[in-house]
Amino acid sequence: MKGLKKKIDSIKPQFEKGGRFSKLHSVFDGFYTFLYTPNETSRSGVHIHDSNDSKRTMITVVIALLPCCLFGMWNIGLQHFMATGNPSREFFSLFFYGFWAVLPQILTAYIVGLGIEFIVAQIRGHEIQEGFLVSGILIPMICPVDTPWWMLAVAVAFAVIFAKEVFGGTGYNFLNVALVTRAFLFFSYPSKMSGDNVFVSLGGEKAVDGYSGATPLGQIASSTEPGAAVTNILGDPLSFGDIFMGYYPGSWGETSTLCILIGAAILLLTGIANWRIIVSALCGGLLMSVVAHNWASPLYPVSYLDPITQICFGGFMFAIVFMATDPVTACRTTIGKYIYGFLIGAIAIIIRCYNTGYPEGAMLSVLLMNCFAPLIDWCVVNSNIRRRMKRMTVKNS
Amino acid sequence: MNLKKTFLPLINPISKDNPILVQVLGICSALAVTSKLEPALVMAVSVTAVCALANVIISLMRNTIPQSIRIIVQLVVVAALVVVVDQVLKAWNYEVSKALSVFIGLIITNCIIMGRLEAFALNNRPWPSFLDGIGNGIGYGVILIIVGFFRELFGSGTLLGYQIFPQSWYDAGYMNNGLMILPPMALIVVACIIWVHRSYNKDLQE
Repeated sequence: MKGLKKKIDSIKPQFEKGGRFSKLHSVFDGFYTFLYTPNETSRSGVHIHDSNDSKRTMITVVIALLPCCLFGMWNIGLQHFMATGNPSREFFSLFFYGFWAVLPQILTAYIVGLGIEFIVAQIRGHEIQEGFLVSGILIPMICPVDTPWWMLAVAVAFAVIFAKEVFGGTGYNFLNVALVTRAFLFFSYPSKMSGDNVFVSLGGEKAVDGYSGATPLGQIASSTEPGAAVTNILGDPLSFGDIFMGYYPGSWGETSTLCILIGAAILLLTGIANWRIIVSALCGGLLMSVVAHNWASPLYPVSYLDPITQICFGGFMFAIVFMATDPVTACRTTIGKYIYGFLIGAIAIIIRCYNTGYPEGAMLSVLLMNCFAPLIDWCVVNSNIRRRMKRMTVKNS
Repeated sequence: MNLKKTFLPLINPISKDNPILVQVLGICSALAVTSKLEPALVMAVSVTAVCALANVIISLMRNTIPQSIRIIVQLVVVAALVVVVDQVLKAWNYEVSKALSVFIGLIITNCIIMGRLEAFALNNRPWPSFLDGIGNGIGYGVILIIVGFFRELFGSGTLLGYQIFPQSWYDAGYMNNGLMILPPMALIVVACIIWVHRSYNKDLQE
């Protein structure tokens, strides 16, 4: 390790002003601070900083995502082996099937996204921002396993340029970049992003008889009789334990509620995510599910789901833990966070239950509330100012 | 120099004073009719014709129109011209007329036309007014055609109905981009054109 540091320090002058590679200064700086804490001190303003800089924040989120990510890879293998009738359930063959299936997507997302960030940083003379570290892993996780890599590349380029860089880069985006990518894919290539044939990787093999690749929410949305049992891809009913663990097809990172809760615990214990948003979103989602469940109607089959199952399905939990808590796009004020979270939860379930065109509403509800977050903050701040103005007495004369 | 001054009303609106890119008028129809190139072309021609003729007519009448009722007079003139354009379209190209549906009728409310009547035709002689109408129509039409070109090419893989991307691309996994057909993408395409335009014309940057 010491040797590496020495080596880096020895080539450092070439990247500084006047050096041979001074144009690539921001690239060098990005890698350098990724490996080591820079030993520069601030020259003006605040001199005491939290050791938790944004690179560490991002890495913590990536660590919190790992349980979902690893489980997702294993689950891809499980669904594949079940669908093709392969009796093997050996852990590593399942895991590595999924790993190789999603590796091109993860690489595509990182190469395209970071490539654009590096280029923009060079053009603007900024330092490399680390915001894409999380987006790059999030994006494949919220897409179906069979998403073609070129679609992902187009969508990532669109999202990074139009949702982030045109607004000024990391920290200035008002929409969650990962969700913009998904929304772009969803509206551009609907046949590759929803339906019964995209969520299980068949890998070109023939599926067994009785196989159906529909996700649980997809099954319910298209079912005719209310309260029909949810089945896995081979037609066996799913128990609540299976649902909680996530043994069903879906966007591969977001099926397991257990792994999402582990991730949530990591985020909350390290203080990265805000518990107010998660808790209020959960309340909003549960409350809306209870309302939908109590006044269930055959017109809207999803409303028959009982509330706990409702929030375990689909991307709801994943969205409220990893998307809604994105500090850049969420509300800044405390009261605002409660309102923001609650509305995300409630709107996600409303879209899911009552808009039969969209089997899942978490993506749309988070994007919608991203747009309203500044307005909520403005209202909270101004109502606070008004309340305190009333208390103020003017002593004239 | 004199020639340049004469044709200034024609040249200016095409780039420096473009109705969509700079004045940001007529956005609604630019989003609505550009999902295919053909309706965009027809819309561009229709608006150019209406704008030029309305400008000439109002310019001829400019000294007789009372200030207090000028808007209603302008509306009557524009409405009459739009009805003529609508009927011509129905007679000559019924398919496109159906595709454009209500948007031909809505040329009446196109802010570009009313804006040019108010700002230019009421104070100028017929010939410059005619040039101004043509110029603004072209300025509007060029943007419509650019937007329509990209939206049809990437949204449907065709141009004017002819297949551009070969079938082998689709067999290899290429897919048309559904978002291009939806209005939000038109807004983003217009934004990109404005981006390029402003980076060439630095004096327009706010």
